[in-house]
Amino acid sequence: MKSKIFMMIMAMSLTFTVGTVSAAGDLHIYNWGNYTNPEMIEKFEKMHGVKVTLDGYDSNETMLAKVEQGGSGYDIVVPGDYMIAIMVKKGLLERVEPNKMSNFKNVDPKWVDVYWDEGRNYSIPYQWGTTNFTVDSTVYKGDVDTLALLFDPPAELKGRINMLKDMNDVINAGLRYLTYPRCNANKAQLKELNTMLVKAKANWRTMDYSVIEKLTSKDVDLSQSWNGAAMRARKDRPELVYSYPKEGFTGWMDNVAVLKGAPNLENAKLFINFMMTPEAAGMTSNLASYANGILGSEKYMREELTTAPEIVMPAGAPAPEFVPPCAQEVTDLYSKIWTNLNK
Amino acid sequence: MSDQPSANIQLSSSAVAEEKRLRNTRLGLLAPGILTIFCIGIMPLSIVLVYSFLEPGDFGGVSWVLSFDAYVQLLFEEDIFDETLSFTTDYLQIFLRSVSLGLFTTIACLLVGFPTAYFIATQPPARRNAWLFLITIPFWTNLLIRTYAMLLILRDQGIINLALIEIGLIDRAIPLLYTDFAVCLGLVYAYLPFMVLPIFASLEKLDFRLVEASYDLYATRFKVLKRIIIPLAKPGIAAGCILVLIPSLGAFITPALLGGGKSLMIGNLIELQFGQARNWPFGSAIALVLMVLVMLSLMTYLRYGTTRKGAPGHG
Amino acid sequence: MADIATTAPRKIIKGIDLKYQPGFSQITWFCIVVLYAPIAVLVLFSFNENRSVTVWTQFSLDWYAKAWENEGIQHAALVSLEVAFVAMVISTILATMAALVTTRTPPYRGMNIAVAVINQPLMVPEVVTAVATLIFFAIIKQATGISGIGYLIAAHTAFCIPFAYMPIRARLEDMDLSLEQAAADLYAPPFKVFRRVTLPLLMPGILAGAMLAFIVSLDDVIITLFVAGPGETTLPLYILGQIRRGVTPEINAVSTVFLGISVILVTFIFLFGKDKK
Repeated sequence: MKSKIFMMIMAMSLTFTVGTVSAAGDLHIYNWGNYTNPEMIEKFEKMHGVKVTLDGYDSNETMLAKVEQGGSGYDIVVPGDYMIAIMVKKGLLERVEPNKMSNFKNVDPKWVDVYWDEGRNYSIPYQWGTTNFTVDSTVYKGDVDTLALLFDPPAELKGRINMLKDMNDVINAGLRYLTYPRCNANKAQLKELNTMLVKAKANWRTMDYSVIEKLTSKDVDLSQSWNGAAMRARKDRPELVYSYPKEGFTGWMDNVAVLKGAPNLENAKLFINFMMTPEAAGMTSNLASYANGILGSEKYMREELTTAPEIVMPAGAPAPEFVPPCAQEVTDLYSKIWTNLNK
Repeated sequence: MSDQPSANIQLSSSAVAEEKRLRNTRLGLLAPGILTIFCIGIMPLSIVLVYSFLEPGDFGGVSWVLSFDAYVQLLFEEDIFDETLSFTTDYLQIFLRSVSLGLFTTIACLLVGFPTAYFIATQPPARRNAWLFLITIPFWTNLLIRTYAMLLILRDQGIINLALIEIGLIDRAIPLLYTDFAVCLGLVYAYLPFMVLPIFASLEKLDFRLVEASYDLYATRFKVLKRIIIPLAKPGIAAGCILVLIPSLGAFITPALLGGGKSLMIGNLIELQFGQARNWPFGSAIALVLMVLVMLSLMTYLRYGTTRKGAPGHG
Repeated sequence: MADIATTAPRKIIKGIDLKYQPGFSQITWFCIVVLYAPIAVLVLFSFNENRSVTVWTQFSLDWYAKAWENEGIQHAALVSLEVAFVAMVISTILATMAALVTTRTPPYRGMNIAVAVINQPLMVPEVVTAVATLIFFAIIKQATGISGIGYLIAAHTAFCIPFAYMPIRARLEDMDLSLEQAAADLYAPPFKVFRRVTLPLLMPGILAGAMLAFIVSLDDVIITLFVAGPGETTLPLYILGQIRRGVTPEINAVSTVFLGISVILVTFIFLFGKDKK
């Protein structure tokens, strides 16, 4: 009996320590789900002899929640633009200065001085895209370029709509539809937004991130979606058309960054440098179906990525709007609206 | 442990020492298990209690400032637009929905589970084991997978709709998925074995001579069921109800998958607070209210579902 | 477990079958159908060549091969098995110890509380336990700086204990005291009695408890969802991620394999759990 207990204690302490001893060759990546090209990871592993673990999240906020409580153990995260701004402000990111690394010259100059990381001291571009919606053109045959389809849908789309379960995406779309500004603290306008959203919800079937699945399984005929997801869905359901609403839409960029206190800082820096190579960027785009921000990656990307309507915006479309994080009081108001919508 | 029943008062010192040794052995054997559960099960609950009286930290965690905001938020809403506190039923609605769903699920499980348990309990022993085996297997498969399979069956392009269209009963698919019905079905499906097994355990010990006696007295089959069998199975029924109700109250993955994400259950609400909404105190407060509901159910169970000695009837 | 009602042949009195109740057998069959339909769909279409779950093209083991090669699945499966195994061993040992002193004895002070504590994880909805454990571990991690899979294992062990406890206790209660008393009468010291007589008799219960703990840990979603750290994605977590993103039949294949494992384990539980006098 005593020896059993002894062995038990040994086993438990071993499992605790195995986690803390960070082997020189590890890297822990925390990225959006289904967003990392496994071949690209393999390439990195072989190049540097590093063992990579990959875990997934489905929203910026989920990632932040996990990371904020400290001791998450992750080295690399891939936040969206506004989330980078928040994390920099909160001191959550390591100032690894990619602008001094050897591959920095590959970064497209128009993505260097961005509102969330001027001069790129914390992060580098990963993928960028737009958030709109995509709709089956055989179900709805009219003009797709209007947000009215989300908030005041015609009969054939009622009850066949999926919205992203993302506070910012839904609220910003609503604000654009009502032609009110973003980061809005005007209470009268927000009240109107609140009422409008609640009314519109009756026409939505689901509110879920699993956009591709819902579209390809025909659970819904219209879904709020990121452009790359729309493109991937179109593969299995060719009638889908991606919309560029005349009321305007959000542009976003996901960026690779290193967490402060990352257990494998040196490997993380190697990874950042690696991700600035055109080949790595091209491989990512091939998997996720979005544009990246690295020059020269086109020759590694699939042909269709350079011509698809989801990636290449048509001439008359309004410019995408990159929305910076709003003041705390605005976010609180938004949260109230969001909770009210979801109850 | 070979323990000799000691009915007499032991006066000799060796007997006292024996008693002491017995107690130490008991303590030694119980301690590790109790300690583990205490540390990982019970103590954290008290931390949740403490957290519910704090204020949320920026972007997650808590800041150590005493505040009743979390509890106030359950019942009162600061109106977005003019900052007056008004009574709100938002969260009460969510609680109500979860409780009704939990109760519906329990009742549905009972209606289907009791006959099933009875049937199996009254089979000859060899067949009985086979049936038990059959009923148990789905229990031991991953709930997530089974829920996903249910999704596949219920969706518009799923098996049920396709079959109905093939037969010609309907033209267009009936939206079965993403409804309260789907969620209820998913929960019943998940927890049915939890109802069947305790009732079976109770019924197995049933002395059918009582049944025979009532038939001798010309009772109808239904009356026998109502007056004899069900009351005797009460401990099992009560245990089954509790084993279904408690998880159903806190379920959130099944409702999220099958419900479409449009309406929140208590579990979803709690998850939201620890994820996107980043309001840990509020999440803790909700969790505690849920615990109170559970405690109430447990007390009801203990009062009505156990034998007078306080031990659950089915052991 | 022997009693008149079930070992004797069905009594027919005055033309009434004592045990028959109308409609009950139909309901039972209906139950079985409902319970197995989704599983059948899952298993069947894991062998389907194309991706759809409604259109059958031809038999194929492709998805199994794909699942086998999928690194994400491999890693997740390994993590699941590691956690489940360690949790099973520890929780079964603790549960056995606890069961030995909480059954077959006249009630003593604190026994009921002890039993209540042991069963506590069953009495709390998983989401509450998950949240509480998350908070608790976060505090410890910040205070000590230790991280690692030990936390996940500890959380699993805790909720496995009551599951291991139940079959062991049930087996103990069924066991015939006379054998142990005979050994004691022959002046065998208590520990020897335990080792040579009690333990072997108890073994079926212990094995049943161990397997129950193993399966429960393997399947857990909610607690793992909240508590798992980097690199600790278990198979259920992986599947959850996939479900949200669009499932390929690889998941069907993995599920079928897990179903197979569960079936084998449950079979063992049944064989060991049956009355062996």
